[in-house]
Amino acid sequence: MDWKRFGFIALIITALFTAVVMVGQSQQRPLMIITSMLATTIAVATPLTLGALAGVFCERSGVVNIGIEGMMLSSAFFGWFTAMYLFNVYHWSLMACIVTGTIVAIFFGGLMGVLLAWLSVTFKVDQIIGGTVINILAVGLTGFLNRQLFFGKTSLFEGTVPSSPGVFSAIHLPITEIFAPLCKGGNLCLENMSAINRVFDQKPIAWAAIILVFISHYVLFHTRWGLRTRAVGEHPRAADTVGINVERMRYANVIIGGMLAGLAGAYFTIESIPSFEPLMTNGRGFISLAAMIFGNWTPIGAWAAALVFGSSQALQINMQIFRDAIPPQWAFLQQSYVVGLTPYILTMLILTGIIGKTTPPAADGVPYEK
Amino acid sequence: MQPEKQKTSLIRRVLQSISEAVLIPFLAIVTAVLIGGLIIKVVGGDPFVAYKALLQGAFGSKKAWSETAIWSTPYIFAGLAVALAFRGGLFNIGAEGQLAFGAVFSALIGYALPEWLGFDLPTYIHLPLAILAGALAGGIWAGIVGALKAYTGGHEVINTIMMNYIALNMTSFLVGGVMKDKNPLNVISRTPLIAESARISPIFTGLRIHWGFALALVMAFVVWWLLNKTTLGFEIRTVGLNPDAAKYAGINVKRVIIITMLFSGILAGLAGAIEVTGLNYRHELGFSSGYGYDAIAIALLGKSHPLGVVLASFLFAAMRNGATRMQFMTQLPVDLISMIQALILLFVAADAIVRYIYRIKVKGERVVLTRGWGG
Repeated sequence: MDWKRFGFIALIITALFTAVVMVGQSQQRPLMIITSMLATTIAVATPLTLGALAGVFCERSGVVNIGIEGMMLSSAFFGWFTAMYLFNVYHWSLMACIVTGTIVAIFFGGLMGVLLAWLSVTFKVDQIIGGTVINILAVGLTGFLNRQLFFGKTSLFEGTVPSSPGVFSAIHLPITEIFAPLCKGGNLCLENMSAINRVFDQKPIAWAAIILVFISHYVLFHTRWGLRTRAVGEHPRAADTVGINVERMRYANVIIGGMLAGLAGAYFTIESIPSFEPLMTNGRGFISLAAMIFGNWTPIGAWAAALVFGSSQALQINMQIFRDAIPPQWAFLQQSYVVGLTPYILTMLILTGIIGKTTPPAADGVPYEK
Repeated sequence: MQPEKQKTSLIRRVLQSISEAVLIPFLAIVTAVLIGGLIIKVVGGDPFVAYKALLQGAFGSKKAWSETAIWSTPYIFAGLAVALAFRGGLFNIGAEGQLAFGAVFSALIGYALPEWLGFDLPTYIHLPLAILAGALAGGIWAGIVGALKAYTGGHEVINTIMMNYIALNMTSFLVGGVMKDKNPLNVISRTPLIAESARISPIFTGLRIHWGFALALVMAFVVWWLLNKTTLGFEIRTVGLNPDAAKYAGINVKRVIIITMLFSGILAGLAGAIEVTGLNYRHELGFSSGYGYDAIAIALLGKSHPLGVVLASFLFAAMRNGATRMQFMTQLPVDLISMIQALILLFVAADAIVRYIYRIKVKGERVVLTRGWGG
């Protein structure tokens, strides 16, 4: 990651935040708007961050993973289904249900990783086709099971929609409690402090994503495993010559990637909203790939790029909150369809490379033939 | 040398290559249908009853045939769109968005042109204009991606997907807003009905099958002709096989990439335009969901050959059309068909799996369909 790129990221995020502050300042204090935007940005960037990390692991080992979207979608379904089933049939406690659901989601993501690795490493199928197969399979599978299990004659709960166990609640960091004495009882000061506190009150998967960014960075660039992974992705023949098992490294990394995508899937149905809808991932898997490319195939860069997309989504959410304050000459911004275009247009802009070209791993997408 | 022997070996080779081309897709379909039957069994249905209902629904009567042909029409157009791009080494996942855009603009010309002009147009002017508008809208939508690919290297896979989301947002915006049917009874996002003069007439009275189906078959021939009998087609195929070699051979690769995407988009746009002018007579939000992805499966199943695309389109259309009756008879959800189609795609794309299951040896070279981020 070069400074130009980080500068660009800072610029976009600042611009998006300024836009919301300008629109909303008649209704709320700027500090409130900025902290709420920040909190939303971090939360909605979670699946993008995890998806981008998934991409980094796969592609650093030389496997293009365009199937992240499908991995997320199917994990979202199976994680949610597990949590809901345990909750309604075995009456487990909420926490036990959603934690098990998350584990199942990760496991299922790993399983999809096995499928992709099987297709692209063992059978040497064109990797983009392999990923597309996973995407289409995920849409068909989740659509079919969702309909079959919950609607119609043979549904699990006789056609009634079962109650959902709920979602993870935020982990509260006691910042306000610790620093409250500094305020000396000033109400405005306390209010500001709790607003800042809210930025850090993130849910478990959001925290896990941030921690995983740094773990991934360490693993990829400071361990023997990481060195081998990168070697396999840059020059598999050289890696093979020095005794690294290319196929095994690729399998392992694609499965790790699948598990990360699975955790991202859990975000949708276990952390964000407590239900499953067909096609609910809505392109987030593909946007993750753009974040990965923009982050130059590094975990920290990918995270920064994911935050850009997160803030553009936060912009959309906040524009809806402040829609009455939008001046009449900008009335078209009240339409969520218009503001909703930002992440997609940003993705295309970034892929043009006007912000600087990035270089993929040399053997990315190339099956290794001994 | 005996010329006689040479001839027989040539015939044998041709037969071999045909069986090679047909065998794998056929086995892929068989395997997917078998697994589908297993799934039906697992969820508590009777596979034989279900598949019989499916066949009856698809081919049981004159009306069923007509409906299958109607289903196949957008599949042929969109499948050709993806197949043409494949032949040029490009992966157009954006047929969905191009189709929606084509449908919207076709509907716009269909209902608004007489209002703008203040007089009614004859069908032989109005209908071609409406179809052309849809084709061009789709073409431009894909052409943008082609230009981005040619001049900036932005990968077409992600860009076409992003263009899908942009198209869906924009069509929602248009059809739910300025283009919404102003009829006070209307609550859904849809355009007004297009004028009579912009409609394709049915082939037979009493059946819904219309001349758009014939146009789809003609377009399949046109694509075959373009690819195999013209210089441009040769250039497209060369760029698809090896862009570096094409460049050294003096082909303007950038131009060919843009033209390929443009044509691909025109075909996808036609799919939307024909649905509007031939069948629905308006654009309604959500009608196109899934065509774009099915088109990928169809192009792969048809091995990117126009004739293969037509046959694969029939298969998918028959499954979609028959699924309604299957759901009615057996209560199995229509989505089961999506599962079977996904499995067909899996086995066709990963023909190595089919070869592995049925122990078929690889003959000839592998065809490169797409490339990584760099290429």
